[in-house]
Amino acid sequence: MAKQATVDIKKEEINSPPTGMQVVFREFRKDRLAMFSLISLVVVIVGVFIWTWFIDQEALMRVSLRDKYAEPGEKFLLGADQGGKDILGQLVTGARNSIAIAIAITLITVSFGIIVGLVCGYFGGWIDNMFMRIIDFFITIPSLMVIIVFVTIIPKYTVKEFILIMSLFLWTSTARLVRSKALSESRRDYVNASKTMGTPGILIIFKEIMPNLSSILIVELTLNFAGNVGIETGLTYLGFGLPPQTPSLGTLISYANNPLVLQDKWWVWLPASLFILLMMLGINYVGQALRRSADAKQRLG
Amino acid sequence: MWKTIVRRVLIMIPQLFVLSLLIFIMAKQLPGDPFTGLLTPDTDPNRIEELRELAGLNDPWYVQYVNWIVNAAQGDLGKSYTYKIKVSTLIGERALNTFWLSLVSVIILYLIAIPLGVLAGRYQDTFLDKIVVFYSFVTYAIPTFVLALIFLFIFGYQLHWFPTVGSVDIKYDSGTVGYLWSKLYHMLLPAFTTAVLGTTAVVQYLRSEIIDAKSLDYVRTARSKGIPVNKVYSRHIFRNSLLPIAAFLGFTITGLLAGSIFIETIFGYPGMGQLFISSLVSRDYSVITALVMLFGFLALLGSLLSDIIMSIVDPRIRIE
Repeated sequence: MAKQATVDIKKEEINSPPTGMQVVFREFRKDRLAMFSLISLVVVIVGVFIWTWFIDQEALMRVSLRDKYAEPGEKFLLGADQGGKDILGQLVTGARNSIAIAIAITLITVSFGIIVGLVCGYFGGWIDNMFMRIIDFFITIPSLMVIIVFVTIIPKYTVKEFILIMSLFLWTSTARLVRSKALSESRRDYVNASKTMGTPGILIIFKEIMPNLSSILIVELTLNFAGNVGIETGLTYLGFGLPPQTPSLGTLISYANNPLVLQDKWWVWLPASLFILLMMLGINYVGQALRRSADAKQRLG
Repeated sequence: MWKTIVRRVLIMIPQLFVLSLLIFIMAKQLPGDPFTGLLTPDTDPNRIEELRELAGLNDPWYVQYVNWIVNAAQGDLGKSYTYKIKVSTLIGERALNTFWLSLVSVIILYLIAIPLGVLAGRYQDTFLDKIVVFYSFVTYAIPTFVLALIFLFIFGYQLHWFPTVGSVDIKYDSGTVGYLWSKLYHMLLPAFTTAVLGTTAVVQYLRSEIIDAKSLDYVRTARSKGIPVNKVYSRHIFRNSLLPIAAFLGFTITGLLAGSIFIETIFGYPGMGQLFISSLVSRDYSVITALVMLFGFLALLGSLLSDIIMSIVDPRIRIE
């Protein structure tokens, strides 16, 4: 065993192993489908954001009963809904809103989770105990139901409130993951060395431990983003998500609650469903490739 | 063993207490109350006020909370304002529906997941394995309501294989064979959807478990004794890999409950998830609070169950 290790070390000295983004890049070059997913995701997300600038929101929301459930054709590429509103325009706007909100929730929950996780994992003691009890509690409650009740309570309810409510319940998994990693990381020699040199804890946490967790954090960001798109559209579908004046992909799909629409007017709900489906597949695939590149044992490239 | 269970149950009590307090205060904040809906131009506002007083809605919240807890401890969860029957009766009826649906789902789930996991693990890196890995990836990524809607559209509305709404055909009398069959028939599509969504974890776990087991000593011993490959898989590896899967059962229950809100709403299945959404719309406090508490309790029970099974399977994790 010992012999093996020395040989390995020598090898590494000769060819310095790829680090950080290099590993990720190699993984994506090896896995064509992941590369394709990544590129199409970026194109779709950027495309959707640019496209919405050109959509006249007022015209989009104008009700025109003459076009009620117009079939896909020249006037409406993807048909029209109950109020004669263009589905394609709503799809693009909805996708923009869903993506933007999911990004906001992801950034809030992941950064809060990272801070709590790092602090708990590094300092331990009563801070750790306190947060762990809180997290235990959050894990046991049926969060989907509580979010739904919360949404119903808030009197003046806007997108901002929705993002905050969602974030309140979704930071725990990141915090737990980061804590367990930080816990094992803070026992390493480099941390001890830094401590003996008198580096303040806050610097050790953010400048030394966090960079070492960066690959896990990127994976966590990606997969959380996918999860948040799913939860937001799901809640909106049920009618407890975004307020009605902000259309989301879930709003379009919720038209399918009317069996008539579900059965005969497929163009109203199916495009949004397929959009979510493909987007989720893409994000998760990219997330898996990232996860593989974060773990030396699973790497392809 | 018993120490572990008692300890876990003791931890559950404060968690349930905090949850009950939280959900009670939240339910009280819901805009409007069950009587707002009764208000018509002809009703005497004093009458509504009287009804509120009678229902105890004008007491301070902590008085209402203590009353609620004391009554709940005696099995009295109050009355549903919408359905005009006892909450316990109402939920009991719906819980039974959800229970049967979950049971059928779990059976289908393991029927799909175990063969897939075993085959993928055994024929690692073959075409079959790649298909299974892809399948488990897709079912992991797809949101519940999207898959449910697509299944309902394809199998319910386009192919007409399954009924699209309800839990039983009304033309049958309760208790007959036709009635039972109709109930099962109504459950199949929602249960299948739930099962497909839940397979990911079991398939992946079983697959990696079998791949790991392949290179272990006991497998090599069995092979060198001259036991045929098929028998090694069915008798030795399969049994060893299956035990941890049993521990997933508890978590599966938690997942099923969370999914039931979407599944039951989409398939129009009268279970607890659908009841929750409809009570929220009609502001039926007593039902909402009771349901959230019940879901919280069942989730805790699920994780307790998993821990108990795990500690039976793996003696190392028992708390002494």
